[in-house]
Amino acid sequence: MKSVFVYCEVENKKIAEISQELLSAGKRLAQKLGSPLEAMVFGNGLKDIAKQVAPFGVDKIHLADDERLEPFRTLPHASIAKEILKKEDPQIVLFGATSVGRDLAPRLASALNCGLTADCTILDIGDHYVNKEKKEYKDLLYAIRPAFGGSIIANIINWDMHPQMATVREGVMKKEIVDENYNAEIESIDVDKILKDEDLILKIIERHIEESDVNLKEAPIIVAGGYGVGSKENFDYLYQLSNLLGGEVGGSRAAVDAGFIDHNRQIGQTGITVRPKLYIAAGISGAIQHTAGMQEASLIISINKDPEAPMNKIADYVIEGDVSDVIPKMIKYYKKNAK
Amino acid sequence: MRPLRIIVLAKQVPDTRNVGTDAMKPDGTVNRGKLPTIFNPDDLHALELALNIKDRIPGTEVIVLTMGPQRAADIIREGYYRGADKGIMISDRRFGGADTLATSYTLVKGIKKLAPFDLILGGRQAIDGDTAQVGPQCAEKLNIPQVTYVEEVISFTDNQIIAKRRLEKGVETVSSAFPCLMTVHESSPVCRSRIAKRVMKYKYARTKTELKSRSTDENLLLLHDKRPYLTIPEWGVEDIDAEMSKIGLAGSPTKVKSVESIVLTSDESKVLSDSDTDIEMMIKELIENHTIG
Repeated sequence: MKSVFVYCEVENKKIAEISQELLSAGKRLAQKLGSPLEAMVFGNGLKDIAKQVAPFGVDKIHLADDERLEPFRTLPHASIAKEILKKEDPQIVLFGATSVGRDLAPRLASALNCGLTADCTILDIGDHYVNKEKKEYKDLLYAIRPAFGGSIIANIINWDMHPQMATVREGVMKKEIVDENYNAEIESIDVDKILKDEDLILKIIERHIEESDVNLKEAPIIVAGGYGVGSKENFDYLYQLSNLLGGEVGGSRAAVDAGFIDHNRQIGQTGITVRPKLYIAAGISGAIQHTAGMQEASLIISINKDPEAPMNKIADYVIEGDVSDVIPKMIKYYKKNAK
Repeated sequence: MRPLRIIVLAKQVPDTRNVGTDAMKPDGTVNRGKLPTIFNPDDLHALELALNIKDRIPGTEVIVLTMGPQRAADIIREGYYRGADKGIMISDRRFGGADTLATSYTLVKGIKKLAPFDLILGGRQAIDGDTAQVGPQCAEKLNIPQVTYVEEVISFTDNQIIAKRRLEKGVETVSSAFPCLMTVHESSPVCRSRIAKRVMKYKYARTKTELKSRSTDENLLLLHDKRPYLTIPEWGVEDIDAEMSKIGLAGSPTKVKSVESIVLTSDESKVLSDSDTDIEMMIKELIENHTIG
């Protein structure tokens, strides 16, 4: 059976969180197919990287260790990945839907002339019968994602042009260690043989990466606002409540687009996926693109003037009212009743 | 600095950010025809960057290239109104149903017909799919470097362009040789408004197909005879020499197997009013079951 491949991102000699999640997702697909899981890991100073990668159940690591490969640049990574993928001809290749993965994956899909589905929320294996060819295709990748304004969820398949590629957002897939001592074969890539001068034409002059001070993924309580909050000023109520409860503030895409809140706080399919203990949705209508990123919250409170808001259907508490009215009351009664 | 030749890739998209209830079909799917169409927001940022470079380097030429059905000619007119020098429309029923791979093939065929060029600019992603794939896919097919998520072009020399990229956790400044392709991030400056004089000049710009429509009056045809620049070039499959197996549905590896409309449900929601009594009761419940506090 052909392999499942995962392109791993490396930051400071550490496998990125998203790549660990993808390795686990890849392992689950590989197990269904009864095929090996293989990882592509490119970077600099990666002697000990196998210890981080193998425990996810990786059978083979394609390792390219060279100073020209870090920080990430499209062309050198693309050239090496192309070489490997052409030779190995895998069935499935997964990438993070990160600024790296979304830059690299389409370049590779174009080179290999294959399909790529963006921002999947579910990956599965299944069959498909093609009427025109009167033929059943077995064991295809089901790349499932919300689509078109979030009103539908689409299962995207690709049966005739391989490999089948997909990107997945951080936080969507569950991370699982298979075996701390899992044995992975390491294949070292001869980088000099592959890289050409023109692969290095783009130069990084300056780089400034900040560890985000926003930690939505770990926050037990999230107070999130949508377009219905009405203004940037009204978001202050949300910050007050979240400070009081020890939570974080997030926003829907509409709130980010309206400039109410920073894009690094965006929750949903094109933002961050969260699983808090309590999610307070203030003035968020609840398009699937948003709910895809928060529906696994243990408890949901929806505050909305519109009783028909889709968010209300998944909420445990629905408060019909104006955000700027309701949140100050929540603050007041929390202060009054908390011990 | 020598003048540059810049191609801006722009797409007309349904305004998915404002899906009203009238655009929803009873089965929960979206009726595309009911949605207003707009200039894809990120592509407007790309147009602004192109016009900004044109401001900085006199003689620079900005060409808007779009692919879509006839009504996408609005994109070309909008480009003219804001300062583009030229607009080209790739339109043919046979291009329909294209995924990003087939779209990038088709656009690249158009770009090659427009060659030479120094810079290709496009929005980071389109709001009807959010895939962000077409830019890098075009760059690969053109065999040129790509600079994604550009926020600002800092400087250029005859052979080099320096730009700042917006990454999810920071920024990066890179230099690239010409020609190259850049996708423009929404954090870059918003596009300048229409210029009244240019609106006057180009409001009768039409594609040949638009001119052929029955509602076209004689005067418009005469005007196009007198002012040929008003006729928007329109390229079909043969004009760009596209292979049928690589365009439209046939050239699209990704296929939709099934679509489910989303019906969200939870067990029972407690519906409360915004009264003090209701809110205090809820807060007390949450404290008691240790959700908060």
